Amino acid sequence: MSTHTVDRREFLKVSAVAGGGFLLSSYFGTFGLKDAEGSMVDFVPNGHVRIDPDGRITLTAQNPEIGQGVKTMLPMLIADELDVAWTDVNVEQAGLNTDLYVRQFTGGSTAVPTHWLPMRRAGAAARWMLVQAAAETWGVSSSDLETDAGVVHHRATGRSLTYGELAESAALITPPDPESVPLKEASEFDIIGTPVGNVDIDGIVTGTVTFGIDFTVPDMVYAVFEKCPVPGGRVVDANLDEVMAQPGVQRAFVVEGTDNLLGLRPGVAVVGDNWWLVNQARENVLRVEWDEGETASQSSEGFQAEANRLFEGNPAMTLRSDGDVQTALEGATHRVQADYMYPFLAHAPLEPQNCTAHFQDGKLELWAPTQTPESGRRLAAEVLGIGEEDITLHLLRMGGGFGRRLRNDYLVEAAWLAREMGVPVKVLWTREDDMTRSFYRPAGYHRLEGGVDDAGRLVAWRNHFVSFGAGERFASSSSVSDSEFPAGAVPNLEMGASLMALGVPTGPLRAPGSNGLAFVYQGFINELAHAAGADPVQFRLDLLDAAGPETAMDAGRMRAVLERVADLSDWGRTELPRGTGMGVAFHFSHRGYVAEVVRANVSRDGDVSVEKVWVVNDYGRHIINPLNAENNIQGAVIEGLSHAMGQELVVEGGAIRQTNFDQYPMMRMDDVPEIEVHYIESDNEPSGLGEPPLPPLIPALCGAIFAATGTRVRSLPLSNHDLSWS
Amino acid sequence: MPPVTFTLNGAPVTVDAPPEMPLLWVLRDLLDLKGTKFGCGISECGACTVHVNGRTTRSCQVRVETLEGDDVVTIEGLSPDGSHPLQQAWRELDVPQCGYCQSGQLMAAAALLSRNPNPTDDDIDRAMERNLCRCGTYVRIREGIHRAASSIADEAQQAGSAGEDA
Repeated sequence: MSTHTVDRREFLKVSAVAGGGFLLSSYFGTFGLKDAEGSMVDFVPNGHVRIDPDGRITLTAQNPEIGQGVKTMLPMLIADELDVAWTDVNVEQAGLNTDLYVRQFTGGSTAVPTHWLPMRRAGAAARWMLVQAAAETWGVSSSDLETDAGVVHHRATGRSLTYGELAESAALITPPDPESVPLKEASEFDIIGTPVGNVDIDGIVTGTVTFGIDFTVPDMVYAVFEKCPVPGGRVVDANLDEVMAQPGVQRAFVVEGTDNLLGLRPGVAVVGDNWWLVNQARENVLRVEWDEGETASQSSEGFQAEANRLFEGNPAMTLRSDGDVQTALEGATHRVQADYMYPFLAHAPLEPQNCTAHFQDGKLELWAPTQTPESGRRLAAEVLGIGEEDITLHLLRMGGGFGRRLRNDYLVEAAWLAREMGVPVKVLWTREDDMTRSFYRPAGYHRLEGGVDDAGRLVAWRNHFVSFGAGERFASSSSVSDSEFPAGAVPNLEMGASLMALGVPTGPLRAPGSNGLAFVYQGFINELAHAAGADPVQFRLDLLDAAGPETAMDAGRMRAVLERVADLSDWGRTELPRGTGMGVAFHFSHRGYVAEVVRANVSRDGDVSVEKVWVVNDYGRHIINPLNAENNIQGAVIEGLSHAMGQELVVEGGAIRQTNFDQYPMMRMDDVPEIEVHYIESDNEPSGLGEPPLPPLIPALCGAIFAATGTRVRSLPLSNHDLSWS
Repeated sequence: MPPVTFTLNGAPVTVDAPPEMPLLWVLRDLLDLKGTKFGCGISECGACTVHVNGRTTRSCQVRVETLEGDDVVTIEGLSPDGSHPLQQAWRELDVPQCGYCQSGQLMAAAALLSRNPNPTDDDIDRAMERNLCRCGTYVRIREGIHRAASSIADEAQQAGSAGEDA
């Protein structure tokens, strides 16, 4: 047995595994490790690459899968550099293991920019070691060897060995510095950039893949957890005895909880061995007297009234001030003022929140559908008062995320109830729980003023954003960046904000911030273009030309996607009947550049039908899995349509009024337009695409509605507007 | 209540459950068939779609006591080996994103094709509008139904011409 210590910032671990074979993983950090003989028995299935002597190739998918395709995409990066055939690859989902894996996180369209190089290096380093093993076996130089589809060849002598045959000897090779291992040139990619199907497809189409909700363990009981409809509310009294007398109910008890609205809220747990029965007891029998607390005085109506009042004064804080807006406005040829509003939204992933937990002998085991397993473990440790090292967290496939499972309130509920019950517990929320006891995309209120000079240039822009927060601190996902475009492209520009107190928790929803701001900013740019008598595409191109070095995006990349989408959609070259219009918008977010054109028809009665959407995207050099990318982008467009057409959560008495899909409409099959997806593969580092295509859809649609009807939509959703025309 | 006996995926099954317990929860939690999903509980999302006597049915709305003698098919019974033309088309087109709604989508689509082997886009709209896909895979679901329809037609034609040859 040999021991060596590796002391590099990023390094690779190799170890022999039970039964022989070869296990490799990439790390960041410093540690000493043991490199054991092939008979090592304390094998745990970790690392990114495992090759068994029988040739089986197993790659580990380290990040949580919410449906964005990362369980397929990250192993594609490893496999390409490892130089194996994709059809020979088995993919396994990792559990949370922060010793082995860096940033096991799903959110912010970060998987590609974070893992593009580390995953490829993990594959390339493994290949390098297999080649070294072959070179030693044959007594030849590794530079004379090549690999292809899991086989090392020595062409000069016609010899070859499969990776499986080399696995045991490769396990004894000292791992290379991954940063120095050569990577493939783009022209050599065999897997990256090709259409690869979802690794879980067989389980999905046969109903056998395990989502969080499907996971069971022996002796598990089910729990429902009733929380106050008003966030922050506490239990005063509950008819627990009556509930416990109901069929199927083992226990009902009050959980004191904490003040953290995204943690363990106070509530009443009802537990038994049949979820439907315990939920019946909760819905039909449980009566809780709540102390609702001060949030009960808040409402959407009140927020709008307060925003209108605040608009009449100056912003409480200045976010940015360039030039002299007031003078520029007074000197402008065309001057426009408008108020915009977007409502609270829920994520509503189709799989309701759930988590399974078992607490035994001071140790907690979690089977969690979570986008943020590290945060979930931390939260559970904190609330239960145990060490993070006493928690094992398994990751399960999720029925959608959209940001909802960035927070782990349902996870800590399961952890707490499992300790209370002493047996494994599955917490499962109802749809109503998910819609009304969640955190939300915050509403936002904007007053905008703009001025265009006689040459058609945008010379003044002022935005008073009334949002939520305390003091000068924005609530989660309710802020605006001081570099939000058109900042940097307008010589006189002011951005300010005033914050209102909010007791309802907020947080990221797919394309956080952007999903509301693009509607407002791009919508107002449409208004300014109209005031100037300019074409909305040309007005934007001129604005991008005016973008100075301080602009937070590459105006050239945005110009390219905008020009392409105009061209593909025959913008300005299409004769449209009355009631049909086209609209355009672009938005930069999560490193992605997206421009969209929407063609929509509005009937005389005001019914909107979206006919076609063109999406042009720039995510850099590579679309790693084009098959999945197109699906994601179409999904983002459809989500944008859902936001725009009819989704709105109303706060009333501090609680959310809408409870289920019948009051929170989502796009359905018959609403879905044709969606054309195009890419510009610009010479930039690859970036993620889960979020960027969503924000431009809404302002592009509103532009189309204006072109069709002359009605300017300044608040969402569209279902609140009379769009009829004659 | 006395136990209820019905046919489930081709085999008889007897269930001793509270009479009002919805089929969805009987399938998932008493019979351990987890392919049928819970999404809303009010017949709005279609994630729980199964076939009862060949008809598209939201299993969250069916009390188990009403099923005596009925024929129930779930995603696990759509085909013996996952080779239904719709399942094949779903693989070929990589239809799912998260996949959670897809059992229900497949069951709704299978019922459509069994009564209308060559559906138009309007037929698909009408048959599928009660099944939500939160990820928005509708474009591929539609394409998948068309593809399955044509593969069924091709098979029928081949079977026909093979018959003529014989």
